[in-house]
Amino acid sequence: MTTVVTDNCRGCRFTDCVSVCPVEAFHMDDEMLYINPAVCIDCSACVPECPVEAIYEEDDLPDGQEHWVDINEERSQETPNITETLEPLEGAEERREALGL
Amino acid sequence: MSKLGSADNRLKVAIVGAGPSGFYAADALINSELKVEVNLLEKLCAPYGLVRTGVAPDHPLIKKSIEKFALMAEPEEFNYFGNVSVGEDITIDDLKETHHAVIVTMGAETDRKLGIPGEDLKGSHTATEFVAWYNGHPEYREREFDLSHETAVIIGQGNVAADVARILSKTVDELKFTDISQHALDVLETSKVKNIYIVGRRGPAQGAMTSKELKEFGELWDCDTFVDPEEVILNKASEDELADRNGRAKRKIYELFCDYAQPKKPHKARQFPWTKPYVKPRQCHIQFLRSPVELKGNKKLEKVIFEKNALSGDPFKQSARGTGELEELDAGLLFRSIGYRGVPLDGVPFHDAWGVIPNEKGRVTKDDVVVPQLYTAGWIKRGPSGIIGTNKACANETIAELMQDIEKLDDKKEKLGNKKIHEILDAKKVRYINFIEWEVIDKHEVENGKPKGKPREKFTYTDEMLGLLT
Repeated sequence: MTTVVTDNCRGCRFTDCVSVCPVEAFHMDDEMLYINPAVCIDCSACVPECPVEAIYEEDDLPDGQEHWVDINEERSQETPNITETLEPLEGAEERREALGL
Repeated sequence: MSKLGSADNRLKVAIVGAGPSGFYAADALINSELKVEVNLLEKLCAPYGLVRTGVAPDHPLIKKSIEKFALMAEPEEFNYFGNVSVGEDITIDDLKETHHAVIVTMGAETDRKLGIPGEDLKGSHTATEFVAWYNGHPEYREREFDLSHETAVIIGQGNVAADVARILSKTVDELKFTDISQHALDVLETSKVKNIYIVGRRGPAQGAMTSKELKEFGELWDCDTFVDPEEVILNKASEDELADRNGRAKRKIYELFCDYAQPKKPHKARQFPWTKPYVKPRQCHIQFLRSPVELKGNKKLEKVIFEKNALSGDPFKQSARGTGELEELDAGLLFRSIGYRGVPLDGVPFHDAWGVIPNEKGRVTKDDVVVPQLYTAGWIKRGPSGIIGTNKACANETIAELMQDIEKLDDKKEKLGNKKIHEILDAKKVRYINFIEWEVIDKHEVENGKPKGKPREKFTYTDEMLGLLT
């Protein structure tokens, strides 16, 4: 079991989650964040922090989102670690509204 | 003197309490742009606070966060003083005298009381006592819990309540390869408890435990979990709470309660004759809308009297009020887990009603005025909510404020920092330990766990730990 960042993060990248991760498990590319499952301790502290509900515990993933487990695992290996909250991406607030959140 | 925070005039900070908040505060200081000296003082020999003595033994992954904390102790700016009781061995005034700033991160050490007759009967305990006991906290080593009655009641439905209920529900075989302390395992092995009630004053839409904790009640080897189907029927305001766009977590919890309210499918047979379904010998009952009003018994707990509650008020502002309808439950053991509060420390302001240190974003205040040099983080700053990582954001906020105060903290006097701490403790003949000594103890614990297949066997007496070092 791990915790997974999904589609809603793409284009938002609010990074609130990063501030509460006790083990610095987040990685980042230009679009979104990923969680390294080898580091994540499944505490779920990040889940309620996400303003766009992009983060799920693996066994709570909505139908059709299961592929994000592999994407998080792969992309977290290829991208830099992020340990501090950053400014959200431009257009993040608009995307959040478009998502109805 | 050169500027405060430069290499030859380091910012010297003492931190009281080596739980997650203390470590996160230390880490934030060490990773700041300033040159610092951080002195972390801890009442016990062992660091890591509730990660060691609170987190349940059957949640080993969460305990892996300890590896991160151990890394934070490596820099040369970091000094550890274990087995030092601030307030007794060294005072807050001593620390203020010898440091530019003092950060209090001592957590919420005690439980809120029910305030009902019979609360102090034998058999009525706080959840934290039990948790600290099974986790090998030296101050709770000698506590006794009588598990000879078949029924145990837990008041409260937060994660600590869930932990206590789960430990009571599990078989010894489910626990013996965890880091649960041997003395606790020995007592649990003789447990007669088979009915466990987890009782909350509000309803299933206001559940306070996380869905992860709740889910574990469906995975117990020898215990089935029940919710009365009548009790998951919601009032309008609770339906509105769950329908709220921020209601995802509560919806998930409610769904799980509804699952436990479903009729149980028979379990597969575990022995001959293979046609006979297995009946799990233990039962866990999650009950809502009840408050205990009296504990009865002749010297020891025999009966819990509950009053049924009804919710009233607007969504998110509903309160539970007694209806006058009473209910009795025979029980020999009760744990209250209805909230935690800090304990005051001499020399530091305290908000008695809230059980926290009054503060503004981590700057300690007294009568709304900022007290120079004093800061706080973690549960003693914001109250007992949030999990390990929450304290990271909390400690970072405090350190950001401290950094803004840097000019005010510079009183142009030399601060002796850890040199003076050594001097004071040595003069009082306190046997304090540094981090390297802690790591020696740690290695022994891990070694002692190996023959039993446990990640560690904790030392539960301070003298045992110190004995390894001499």
